[in-house]
Amino acid sequence: MHEDFEEIKSTYKGKKSDIIPLLQDIQIKYGYLPGEMMQEVSRFVGVSKSEVFGVATFYSQFRFTPKGRTHVMVCKGTACHVSGADKIIEGIERHLGVKEGDVTFDMEYSLESVGCLGCCALAPCAMVNDEIKSNISLKDVKRLFSKRKN
Amino acid sequence: MSELEVNFTIDGLKIKAKKGETILQAALRNGIYIPHLCYHPHLKPTGSCRLCLVENEESRLITSCENQPTEGMEVSTTSPKLDNAKITVARLLVANHQTDCLTCAQDNQCKLQEISSYFGIDEKNMDNLRYSITDIPIDDSNPFLKRNLNKCVLCGICVRTCRDRLGVSAIDFGYRGYNTRISTFSDGPLLESNCVSCGECVVACPVGALVNNENQKPDREVKTTCTYCGVGCGIYLGVRGSKVISSRGDPHHPLSKGNLCVKGRYAFKFINNPDRLTTPLIKKNGDFVEASWDEALEFAAEKLSGYREGYSFAAISSARCTNEDNYLLQKFTRVMMGNNNVDNSARSCHAPSVAALAETLGSGAMSNSIDEIEDSECLFIIGTNPTQSYPVLSMRIMDALANGAKLIVVDPRDIELAEYADLHIQHNPGTDVVLIMGMIKIILEENLQDQEFIDSRCENFEQLLESLEKLDLDYVEQITGVNVDKIKEAARMYANSDAAAIFYSLGITEHSHGTDNVFALSNLALVTGNIGKPLAGINPIRGQNNVQGSCDMGCLPDVFPGYQKVEEKEVRHKFQKAWNTELSPNKGMKMPEMMESAVKGDLKAMYIMGENPVHSEPDSKNIVDALENLDFLIVQDIFLTETAMLADLVFPGASFAEKDGTFANADRRVQRVRQAIKPVGDSKPDWQIISELAQKMGASTGFNFTRGEEVAAEIATLAPIYGGMVYHCLEDESRQWPCLSDEHVGTPILHQDVFATKTGKAKFIPLHYRPPAELPDEEYPLVLTTGRIIYHYHSSTMTAADESMKKLYDLDPVEMNPSDAEKLDLVDGEQVRVISRRGEIRAPIKITERSPESLVFMAFHSPETKTNLITSSACDPVTKTPEFKYCAVRVEKI
Repeated sequence: MHEDFEEIKSTYKGKKSDIIPLLQDIQIKYGYLPGEMMQEVSRFVGVSKSEVFGVATFYSQFRFTPKGRTHVMVCKGTACHVSGADKIIEGIERHLGVKEGDVTFDMEYSLESVGCLGCCALAPCAMVNDEIKSNISLKDVKRLFSKRKN
Repeated sequence: MSELEVNFTIDGLKIKAKKGETILQAALRNGIYIPHLCYHPHLKPTGSCRLCLVENEESRLITSCENQPTEGMEVSTTSPKLDNAKITVARLLVANHQTDCLTCAQDNQCKLQEISSYFGIDEKNMDNLRYSITDIPIDDSNPFLKRNLNKCVLCGICVRTCRDRLGVSAIDFGYRGYNTRISTFSDGPLLESNCVSCGECVVACPVGALVNNENQKPDREVKTTCTYCGVGCGIYLGVRGSKVISSRGDPHHPLSKGNLCVKGRYAFKFINNPDRLTTPLIKKNGDFVEASWDEALEFAAEKLSGYREGYSFAAISSARCTNEDNYLLQKFTRVMMGNNNVDNSARSCHAPSVAALAETLGSGAMSNSIDEIEDSECLFIIGTNPTQSYPVLSMRIMDALANGAKLIVVDPRDIELAEYADLHIQHNPGTDVVLIMGMIKIILEENLQDQEFIDSRCENFEQLLESLEKLDLDYVEQITGVNVDKIKEAARMYANSDAAAIFYSLGITEHSHGTDNVFALSNLALVTGNIGKPLAGINPIRGQNNVQGSCDMGCLPDVFPGYQKVEEKEVRHKFQKAWNTELSPNKGMKMPEMMESAVKGDLKAMYIMGENPVHSEPDSKNIVDALENLDFLIVQDIFLTETAMLADLVFPGASFAEKDGTFANADRRVQRVRQAIKPVGDSKPDWQIISELAQKMGASTGFNFTRGEEVAAEIATLAPIYGGMVYHCLEDESRQWPCLSDEHVGTPILHQDVFATKTGKAKFIPLHYRPPAELPDEEYPLVLTTGRIIYHYHSSTMTAADESMKKLYDLDPVEMNPSDAEKLDLVDGEQVRVISRRGEIRAPIKITERSPESLVFMAFHSPETKTNLITSSACDPVTKTPEFKYCAVRVEKI
């Protein structure tokens, strides 16, 4: 990981204002912010690691757990909420054996909830990788992730 | 009148504010309460809680914690507008707070409770607020303190304390926004963060979010002095029955100001530990058998009477015991045993400081005071790691940095303070002499010296110039491994300051050229005139609570109490008269010489008080051989240490909490130690044991003391520098020696008018570089340097008696640079073998960039890792101080 950071930091000067772009570059490379890399940022810009973590946690764009190969984003916007998004999330959690905001041990699935996917007419909906799944019911959960056996 | 400068009114009341004071501070000082949460007297205000708002003449609401009053200003603390703003804030805070006040550790001391009752907040008028009690699990990972974020008011005092006062930054605001909470890095448990468990945040927290695990209140408190490092913080020990149950900082102490480190605040459990020695032990057929005091003293007296001749007896006194204990042990050796064979553990730490500074300046102690640090202009820190070894002193350095001081750190390792340094010089270990002499050459070349000071107050300058002539700056760069421009920058920064203070400790002295290192620093300070004035000086920071006192008391083979030389006839006469006996005019043996002599069989009996040389001295196998070869060994300690195990007779001493006495800290400050509880079991204060033994051996006078105070009074009559160190003068405040009489207030700064040398002038010493004794080679390619860790003290007899301290830090890891670790294919945490010419030990590896390439670091606390099995016993030729800081080793994968 150290070599990766050497490469990432090569275009920066190590100023305090470099923290966010550095974190963004790291997320592009790894899909999330590994602890070790945040420590590298802390050393490089001379800001304590707890402060770097504080900065990162302010932005919803940053993740602290790795993404699975299949990334599931369940919409919790108003329309989806009233049509039972919470139940859908519970269903997916049960079926995939993963908690919201987490990833399965085999790194196959990760699950998170999002504010609004912008297609309220299709509620309740979710995005699986780049694909929108609409009008999901609890029965659909099994079908959507049919490859997964508990 | 001059400091009361600004006149203004609060609610029509005329108030005088001191210069620089804020409205809130002026109000509180005048007994006017303005609610506040995020204000803390030692921190920069942030004005974030909005509870301290006041209204000015223009009807604007301003924070009283951030704004200073102006002349004629009128502010009011209550108005409908203010109430509206402040009560809303208070109600929201209460609505979000877990209100189990009766069972909360902070009950009665809580700032939010105070605010809630001030505004008269009632459950009824909370109905229109949405309660949003969070449910964050309590972090109880740390053995001493716990975090309950459900009670946190987000004032940020803990974050600012940790960052600005400690320089640790273990915590910060995380998840800012609706879910803001204080978080460690990666939101992990506190124990896994870089928190140093000092508990400063617990003391500062206004509510019950950060509390100690043990919260019982004591039934009485005793003001005393901390027993750990040489800073000498003031503490209050809390006692319940016959047990010490708490320790807190004394907020009025001139140096510590209420601050403490993890050891001072939490590591007091050793006092009532069940493993304490409670009765004398006599070894019979290889096993210890409990004995009565009469029996034990009789046995000791009979045995010791046989070793009064020649050099067959020696004593090692203790840097942990009081001045009174130390004074009596050297008196016992000199009077009852007839020789000067008494030494203390300063031999293995600051003996080079004592020897070198006594020669150049006339006195081997810190020239200035610790309480000056925070006002410093420039601090030159070399060969010391205050963050780990002198935590509260390092807090004063952080205060100095906040006040704008410049900081130069010289250390091969990337120590914590280096992060805050204006300049960090990472020279090759053991090359200090060349580096410092290089700096002096640059100072002289660029004409930055204080020529007037050199001409009027120093001698031997020509000899120094001569030795500098041959010193080439390219050579300096080559030997030290530091770019010459960087050395120039350091030299300029140091020399261009009006006053610059040098602080150093064992990284300078524990070398086979330790005395030369100190000479070099002395030259540097003299050349720039940084001696004998405030905020400057040359300051060896002493490592143990009373190592200064132990030396002051004459527990050295060549001096009587107060550094009066045994060889001088007049001095000897004075002591002969006072002690009513003949005294030996010959210098005694130094500690390494004692060990050598014991191995040879010449030294036959030893009396070791409160020291654990088997653990703390280098090449410890050699020490064991020496002690085993003795006919008779007495060890006096509070625990059965590795050294005590080898004894024929063990006397149980009383700990610092069980006796009255005095400690002398690093800045020559003599402070009272007070008895908090009666000695545990049958143990006795050390001075009492020595007195009784002397009486058993036939001393009719001179040892019939009944109280520590009487011993102190005798010291005051014989050691001029301690002339005013009598208990009735030390009750309320401490004094720094030289303190010549009851009326004398002591001497915070040495060498102000004249140096205490024979000529009254300071002396320059010409120097040449000598490499360390054991250089790395193909077989042993790495350099091992040793040091201390914040969590433990010395051989960890006291600190490790508490399992909780071991939970924070147990085995001493080998700290190694990532590139070295990669070469050996090592993973962080794995066990490795560390091998030197003297033996091998096993320890876990810690991969860290604190260690530069080819240098490994180990602490020497753990009795399991036994670092000193492999360190080198190569000594400084003048003082016989071992080279703990440099030996060649090899690390092997297991």
